[in-house]
Amino acid sequence: MKDRLEALKVEAIGQIKEAHDLKDLQAVKVAYLGKKGPITEVLKGMGKLSAEERPVIGAYANEVRDSIQQELDKKQSELENAAIAEKLSKETIDVSLPGRPVKKGNPHPLTAVVTEIEDLFLSMGFTIAEGPEVETDYYNFEALNLPKGHPARDMQDSFFITEDILLRTQTSPVQARTMEKHEGEGPVKIISPGKVYRRDNDDATHSHQFMQIEGLVVDQNVRLSDLKGVLETFAKKMFGEDRKIRLRPSFFPFTEPSVEMDISCFKCSGKGCSICKQTGWIEILGAGMVHPNVLEMAGFDSKKYTGFAFGMGPERIAMLKYGIDDIRHFYANDIRFLKQFKNA
Amino acid sequence: MLISYNWLKEYVNVEISPSELADKITKSGIEVEMVESLNKGISGVVVGYVEECIQHPNADKLRVCKVDVGQGEVSQIVCGAPNVAQGQKVAVAVPGAVLPGNFKIKKAKLRGEESHGMICSLTELGVDTKLVPKEYATGIFVMPSDAEPGSDALEYLNLNDHVLELGLTPNRADCLNVIGVANEVAAILEQEVRLPNTSIKTTQEKAEDLISVQIESLEDNPYYGAMVIRDVKIGPSPLWMQNRLMASGIRPINNIVDITNYVLLEYGQPLHAFDYNRLGSKEIVIRRATEGEHIQTLDDQDRKLKETHLVITNGKDPIAVAGVMGGATSEVQSDTTNVLLEAAYFTSGRVRAASKDLGLRSEASSRYEKGIDRNRVYAAAMRAASLMAELAGGKVAEGIVEAGKREVNTYSVKMDVSRMNNLLGTEITSEQTASIFKRLGFGYKESDGQFEVNVPSRRPDITIEADLIEEVGRIYGYDRIPTTYLLSEARPGGLTMNQAQRRNIRTYLEGAGLYQAVTYALTTPAKSTHFSFSDEKVYPISVAHPMSEERSTLRMSLLPQLLEVLQYNRNRSMEDLAIYEMGSVFINRQEVLTDLPEEYVFVSGAVTGVFNEHLWQGERKTVDFYVLKGILEGLMGELNLSERITYEAGEIENMHPGRTAIVKLDGISVGFVGQLHPALQKELDVKDTYVFELNATSLLEKETDQMVYQTLPRYPSITRDIALVVDQELPAGDLTTVIQAAGGELLKEVNLFDLYEGEKMEEGKKSLAFSLKYFDPERTLTDEEVVTAHNRVLKSLEERFGAQLRK
Repeated sequence: MKDRLEALKVEAIGQIKEAHDLKDLQAVKVAYLGKKGPITEVLKGMGKLSAEERPVIGAYANEVRDSIQQELDKKQSELENAAIAEKLSKETIDVSLPGRPVKKGNPHPLTAVVTEIEDLFLSMGFTIAEGPEVETDYYNFEALNLPKGHPARDMQDSFFITEDILLRTQTSPVQARTMEKHEGEGPVKIISPGKVYRRDNDDATHSHQFMQIEGLVVDQNVRLSDLKGVLETFAKKMFGEDRKIRLRPSFFPFTEPSVEMDISCFKCSGKGCSICKQTGWIEILGAGMVHPNVLEMAGFDSKKYTGFAFGMGPERIAMLKYGIDDIRHFYANDIRFLKQFKNA
Repeated sequence: MLISYNWLKEYVNVEISPSELADKITKSGIEVEMVESLNKGISGVVVGYVEECIQHPNADKLRVCKVDVGQGEVSQIVCGAPNVAQGQKVAVAVPGAVLPGNFKIKKAKLRGEESHGMICSLTELGVDTKLVPKEYATGIFVMPSDAEPGSDALEYLNLNDHVLELGLTPNRADCLNVIGVANEVAAILEQEVRLPNTSIKTTQEKAEDLISVQIESLEDNPYYGAMVIRDVKIGPSPLWMQNRLMASGIRPINNIVDITNYVLLEYGQPLHAFDYNRLGSKEIVIRRATEGEHIQTLDDQDRKLKETHLVITNGKDPIAVAGVMGGATSEVQSDTTNVLLEAAYFTSGRVRAASKDLGLRSEASSRYEKGIDRNRVYAAAMRAASLMAELAGGKVAEGIVEAGKREVNTYSVKMDVSRMNNLLGTEITSEQTASIFKRLGFGYKESDGQFEVNVPSRRPDITIEADLIEEVGRIYGYDRIPTTYLLSEARPGGLTMNQAQRRNIRTYLEGAGLYQAVTYALTTPAKSTHFSFSDEKVYPISVAHPMSEERSTLRMSLLPQLLEVLQYNRNRSMEDLAIYEMGSVFINRQEVLTDLPEEYVFVSGAVTGVFNEHLWQGERKTVDFYVLKGILEGLMGELNLSERITYEAGEIENMHPGRTAIVKLDGISVGFVGQLHPALQKELDVKDTYVFELNATSLLEKETDQMVYQTLPRYPSITRDIALVVDQELPAGDLTTVIQAAGGELLKEVNLFDLYEGEKMEEGKKSLAFSLKYFDPERTLTDEEVVTAHNRVLKSLEERFGAQLRK
């Protein structure tokens, strides 16, 4: 009987090994371990055995059944894995094919520069003031110490609409408007970005429409040295920590003293190159201490309050920063140009 | 302003190089834009003496010269200049010499004759042709007879000099002359200024017997001085003077004219020399021109004058336009013997008017326009007269015949040292301040830090304390001012809600695939009114003096310019585009603009051609109405306005009449979205293009509800789908509205998920399928409740639209 069991085991395992799929395997299982299978038959015939033999054969029969079951399980998982593997191999794709593009535009380079500058000054406690692009002569000129007849306000240079209304030539009128709103009470701490217009022929370096960012601080005890501090922070954040700044005396009707700020050239670090025209310095902005007449006209007591103002051109800064050679690129909006500023 | 370094050194000690000097001048306030060496790379050019000059045997236009080039060496040089002659002193580039442009001189044979070098013209030595005196314009330059053969010709020609180009701001007209710059340099380098000698030996004859001066218009001409110089001999001015004029950008003409130009450059005082004998009278009368009066100016042009111009007359006819240009009849010519020298102060407005109307700008007129030093007019006259005596052999008649006031009183300005230090952030002492005023040549009184400064007449730009503070600061040095941080209390900066929302709109649209464009606000009058969706009458705003019709009128919509951008790119074969702009538009409702127009921030977009594309998967979807509507719906969600926005079919000029929706906020139109009119698309030569325009100002001025958290549903929802058959022209939006209203509280979501208009439908009908989601956050709904609500929906739909459930 033991031999019969042994033979069944070998036979069953042999068939298990030959099973090609789960269906075959199921058939083997039913054939050998089913209720009508040979092992069950063997166990049924146990009654004929002697008392000594019975437990031995019984144990052996169980052993055989377990081994077959084990083989079945093993084979089943093998077949299952093979089936999964086959399925997966059929599902394989070419991961080198390009992905589905996600639509995404980006800001205009001027907006990118303006936003960067705005954020910088916002972090220094400035707020953003805005004003109309069509302005009165008063705010654009007179309130800024440019009385009628001043050469700097020639009809030739400005887009007048009527005698008293024009396209603003600078963002400075926002200064005057903001100060007026403060009714003689400091502090005022604003920047005002925006579009301005001048009667220029458009060429590589001139544009009849361009942007400006103006800054203004009015309070008690505002000093030229503070202006230097603010501008130095700006220059380092905008153009790199190792930039040096230099103030040169200059002239603007609405500031006195007036300065121009140069930064050490970021291309050659001051050795002299084509960007800085061999001087080692790049002119970045104009600034100065608010002219007492401007303070007084806006209702501030110039004996009590002082202030500084500065103004810069985002086009120039963008041109320097990105190496753009023609100001007209900003307004042509060639998509091949615009798309380059994804990471600006 | 061009300043010769060598000339400057005549008035002030300068012991540093031209470039070091330029750097110091720039740092203390006047930008030196360029330092130019007059030696453009020349070496080996010496003075030569032409001992012999004969015709070249084989060439008509060449001469063969024997030239003494120093140290007893006589070289044969072939020369093609028509004016070369025996006995001349000339500039010779000897073999081995280098001329500008790295032109190396070698021995050569010219038509069979040996040539050991080259006799040079000024142009060949790098002088601008425009500046070369006329008689040498086409030939070699002839040097003075005392030039030593073999010595460095550059020294004689002052070509070892450097020229500083100053970029002067309008307040520093005082530096439009060499003495003015000398004052500035003296202050910077702590040196004294040496003024030229103006002493004159005059004759017995009195000028007042020779001429009378009368000013009829004192407010235009507060001072006029005339001097008479007799027996001048017209000829070239000395080489040193010619060199300085050329270095300053002025062409030498003859000694008398050169002297007036020289003193102009030296003192900044425009002068004019008349031929005394050709005045036509013995009187000078200064008056306004009469309307239509004529004068023939020095350049032989007939000029028609206006009443706003000031003229110098001989009592009858104009002989000069004051401060602008002299007349041809009284011009100094080669036979002139007696000269009337004019030194006057004309006001800048008068000179500007004439110079602008006549289109004449000269060294003289631009100085008058910027303002000259009234108190230097007399000294300049003396200087010119003394030079005419010295260099042209003139005899100066005694006295200056004057009208008006020769000098004006100077004034003083007060400055407080502690206020200065407060403004600059410095600790400059009274002593340092005093020494700076001394260096600037400003007189002052000081007590206890209070300065009273007497402003010299050459610096009319200084009128208030801040001006003096700037003077002290700049001479002290801005690089010595410390860097400090504002003392005022720190307050948080930040964007306003409106500013933050505008940034959100931009970020959202970029996230939706649109690139930001920035275009011009000025457009054509015709385009300015395109796409207007204002109900009221609006008037275009045009600038008075546009540069071109293209840029003459302010926009009322951003779309015309965005369409130009599409065209621009299309012309470069970029046909699929998605762009937007955020910018101001200008709306004017006044027939005559007296108040500022209304300004609104608009945000507009244009999408043309393919919008979604994934080539190898065969996905290529061109833009349609629903792409843009989807973008707007998302945007309204972003702005928390979704519930209050409606889209209604409408018509806008230049838009497709059947594919345009007016966007309304709380029932008021705030923009539109749709397809461009096919006719316009054809005109622009663009593919199907969809655009939107929104008034962001209106969108953002509405208060929106504070966001409140909604409890997450804990109970299941029940979804019912319905397919409805309705008339084909019935807008789906109307159905949605009715469904929402009829569904009541429990109906939380309505989604349209199918539209069918195919052949299986009855003629004129379409089928729309909606998915309705019911739930109550507080409990599980019973079937009955849903059935009741749902039946209500179906009933309303049938009553309102005759909608039937699709079988």
